[in-house]
Amino acid sequence: MGTVHLEITTHSPEQTQEVGSSLGKLARIGDSIFLIGNLGAGKTCFTQGFAWGTGFDGYASSPSFVLVKEYDGRLKVYHIDFYRLDNIEEISELGIDDMMEEGVCVIEWADKAFDSLPQEHLLISFEHLAENERCLRFEPNGNRYQYITDKMREKWNSQ
Amino acid sequence: MKILGIETSCDETAVAVVEDGTSILSNVIASQVEIHSRYGGIVPEIASRQHLLASIPILEKALQDANIQLEDIDAIAVTNGPGLAGSLVVGVNLAKSLALASDLPLISVNHLEGHIYANWLDERNTPEFPLLCLIVSGGHTDLVLMTDHGKYEQLGRTRDDAAGEAFDKVARLLGLGYPGGPVIEKATIGIENPRRLPRAWLKGTDDFSFSGLKTATLHMARDLEIIADEPSPAIHKIAAEVAAGFQESVVDVLVTKTCEAAQKCNVRQILLAGGVAANTQLRETMTKRTPVPISIPSPILCTDNAAMIASCGYFRFVAGETSRWDLDVNANLQLV
Repeated sequence: MGTVHLEITTHSPEQTQEVGSSLGKLARIGDSIFLIGNLGAGKTCFTQGFAWGTGFDGYASSPSFVLVKEYDGRLKVYHIDFYRLDNIEEISELGIDDMMEEGVCVIEWADKAFDSLPQEHLLISFEHLAENERCLRFEPNGNRYQYITDKMREKWNSQ
Repeated sequence: MKILGIETSCDETAVAVVEDGTSILSNVIASQVEIHSRYGGIVPEIASRQHLLASIPILEKALQDANIQLEDIDAIAVTNGPGLAGSLVVGVNLAKSLALASDLPLISVNHLEGHIYANWLDERNTPEFPLLCLIVSGGHTDLVLMTDHGKYEQLGRTRDDAAGEAFDKVARLLGLGYPGGPVIEKATIGIENPRRLPRAWLKGTDDFSFSGLKTATLHMARDLEIIADEPSPAIHKIAAEVAAGFQESVVDVLVTKTCEAAQKCNVRQILLAGGVAANTQLRETMTKRTPVPISIPSPILCTDNAAMIASCGYFRFVAGETSRWDLDVNANLQLV
């Protein structure tokens, strides 16, 4: 795993969405964004903003039940959730490789299957600090994700 | 007119025969819930395999229960989405093979639309338009205005977790088991002091949000030191009080917003649909507070079944809508 290169503290769900949105604006096909953190730490909230950043105008809702949701903006976003999955075989059945070729994959609870996911990715861990306060830690793995993280730092570290 | 309905969108393999969209001749369901409860949720690949194993025996039983042969059927209706792609494809392929072999019309049905049509299966009570339907299930929480058969307008939906999904997650974190709806309902029987949890109203919209409630429940469980893995009787009682507070919050929001929307839209009736509509507290509270007549399917018709698919298929068929042989599944099929 990479090291933490950027830490952003948000103070409301709307702000978490804003961070997501600015990452969504930078996204391109083939990107892998992994989100980890406890229930209620803000992963789905962040993904809502992310989808808006890609030009999608609906609400990204939790895919825990259906496992994968798809949003069409200027590119396809696959919103994937490993919450209920417990072994690698189940995860390989989802066909994530195909999705990665066709769009950008945002995977909640990716830590359940790091071994079967691409080594190059952006890992964002969510920590619940207080009722409305969340800490988002960015760990880029690979040059593409280092670039994205640098762009995010330019935008968010000054705030 | 007899319609054979087939439903395999999630974890129930179901086949039914319904006459004229309202009269159930047979309604056979093979549930996989026990198989999946080991995993705390539905496992897609296992679900798909179970559908394959169960579909033919269930079909035979549905025909037998209705006391008819395949030749007596007028058309075949099948769920083609939304749901798990690998599960949907089993039902759609079965329907296509039967329709092709017996030269019968094929009708695709949206699973959510099917849930709404469960309300037409009560012959004593035909829903009247315009009506408002609250669809609450594991994957959906939708408020839909229906002005005629097949005419829908989506008023609101969940912005994060579906109500049924929130039930599953909360049951899991409180150590109550799976599936969330039934286990929470069971655990909260006789609980007199529900722990108060917040409600997300999203005023000015018909949308819902249950993510904040889920988080608040998690934090309450943590503060009360409810450890899901080793519940002592005392802890179990506290967990049940939290669960009761959670259920009360979900029901309050669902009922209040549905009643408000019904008044705003001046509808003649409210319908409940979907698996969460089997929840006793939701049924009772809705019945108590509704401003207009309410229709709620019997609990067995709230959960996934094929009779509702056959009913919806009938109304589509008489409206002249049939599907082509290249009918495909759509895991993300939308109602509107």
